[in-house]
Amino acid sequence: MLHTRQSPNSSRIRFRLLADRSAKIVFGAAALFGIVIMGILLVRITTEGLSWVSLDFLTGRFSTSPERAGIMGAVLGTFWLLAVVVPVTMLIGIGSAVYLELYSKNGKIRTFIQTNIGNLAGVPSIVFGILGLTVFVRALGFGSVVLAGGLTLSLLILPIVIVSAQEALRSVPHQLGDASYALGASKWQTIQSVILPVALPTILTGAILALSRAIGETAPLVVLGIPALLIPFPGGILDRFTVLPMQIYYWTLDAALVADYAHLAAAASIVLLISLFLLNGSAIYLRNKYTIKA
Amino acid sequence: MTSPFQASSNSSSGIRDLIRHNQDKKSFRKTIEVWIPRFLFLLAFLSVLTTLGILIILLTETIEFFKTVPVLDFFTGTVLKPLSQTPAFGILPLVMGTLVSSGIAILVAGPIGLMAAIYLSEYASRRVRSVLKPALELLAGVPTIVYGFFAFTFVTPLLRQWIPSLEATNILSPGLVMGVMIIPMIASLSEDAMRSVPQAMREGSAALGSTKLETALKVVVPAALSGIIASFVLGISRALGETMIVAIASGSSKNFTFDITESMQTMTAYIVEVTSGDAAAGSTVYYSLYAVAMTLFATTLLMNLLAGKIARKFREVY
Repeated sequence: MLHTRQSPNSSRIRFRLLADRSAKIVFGAAALFGIVIMGILLVRITTEGLSWVSLDFLTGRFSTSPERAGIMGAVLGTFWLLAVVVPVTMLIGIGSAVYLELYSKNGKIRTFIQTNIGNLAGVPSIVFGILGLTVFVRALGFGSVVLAGGLTLSLLILPIVIVSAQEALRSVPHQLGDASYALGASKWQTIQSVILPVALPTILTGAILALSRAIGETAPLVVLGIPALLIPFPGGILDRFTVLPMQIYYWTLDAALVADYAHLAAAASIVLLISLFLLNGSAIYLRNKYTIKA
Repeated sequence: MTSPFQASSNSSSGIRDLIRHNQDKKSFRKTIEVWIPRFLFLLAFLSVLTTLGILIILLTETIEFFKTVPVLDFFTGTVLKPLSQTPAFGILPLVMGTLVSSGIAILVAGPIGLMAAIYLSEYASRRVRSVLKPALELLAGVPTIVYGFFAFTFVTPLLRQWIPSLEATNILSPGLVMGVMIIPMIASLSEDAMRSVPQAMREGSAALGSTKLETALKVVVPAALSGIIASFVLGISRALGETMIVAIASGSSKNFTFDITESMQTMTAYIVEVTSGDAAAGSTVYYSLYAVAMTLFATTLLMNLLAGKIARKFREVY
């Protein structure tokens, strides 16, 4: 949109064009800044930890001696955690979204619930940890087990799941629902067999992104008292467990005592980052493959 | 072609069966149609219960805390010694740590995020945008524990080469890294605000002979200002509640100071310290957890409401 291409003869115009060109470079550099820092972070973590990532590391038990330490327990812990988080957030998340988008009239109750979900999304994750500690770990007496951690993280990511599922439902073309009604289908039949199937890929994309948030989350689990000690592999949702971020946390803290722990923390970070990138990548793939063409 | 109607119309009892069967199906379907919305409403109401749960828990335990520690002492005390023989529970050192780290973060993320947003919205070609935006999204997806590790094992040692007086745990390094963490948030929200400025305003400015820079600074940014401010407020709120970066890299000294080279503790890091220290339930230290969490919750909630209000104001313009 540079409309002043004709020979800039006054020095004032030359200055303005120069300012514009330098601004473009500076602003572009600002846009790249974060990405460059992420590059440095990745390079740093790779050089620190890549040589420590081995099959023994992936399948080993936790150990106080760095050479023998492994993360299998944390990986299993993540899977058990997801066994709680996935069903809970999918049921409540999609259910809430269907209610808000398709059943509730545009009234006070809807506005109230919607505002509440918006505010909940901005609550610091550590406050959810305190909720989980007080309700699930202490009041209900679960202790620091998978179920308590899973329910806490479910509450944490629910606002994200609900809002993204709402957007997915909203993006379903109206005609599809109208056609279903015209054929005599009831409301729930229409939702169940027309609207939800069409919206499902988009809903899943949002859900996967939210799940990757849950997998990387540390603060609420610290508050719940999740250990990173020599504990047996978890075998169910009522077992004590640990996850990769907790492992990274304790290894980083103890790096002052045992220098090699820093390498273990970096190695565990590599595993965590790769899994998250794969998860997010699959979500984006899903989004691009099944984008609704209205 | 025989339909089920023709097949069963051989005898009148068959028709009656069919009608009864269909009526059963219909009443079952009716029950579903009535109960499904009620069930879904309960699911949607769970989020309200979550908020209520947080509020009730924080309030009751905070009131319990204020029975042993006077409210005024808590909010004006500059000394925090929860585990000493003569314990003192002033929250100001934590408030200071939180404000200083969030302040550093917004000083980094504010200008950089805003400039990145201007670049994305005003200068970048469609192709550049389609590469930069997902890359920024990836940046936002890095778990904070990894940022904490990065701050502690890389940024702090690096800074100590330039600032020899910097302590091994300090508030500067986590503040800077937190700034990097919230750049994507500010850039993307500000960009949204700028893109919703009508194209006609840019064209009008260009027609008057403005360069892109002049259009951006004198037309687009002022028009999108409330959205930009809202993104800053949300960014600060996010930094206030950030936990792992500060818990790892800023140490646990409860210093009441402005010196950013020293170790300071934020409200979130205090909660981490107390909960991982296994404070006995019912002790004053245990209750202090809730008082600090209540302060944090109230602050971030107010800031988020403020951001919403500012952003709504901006929507009314167009």
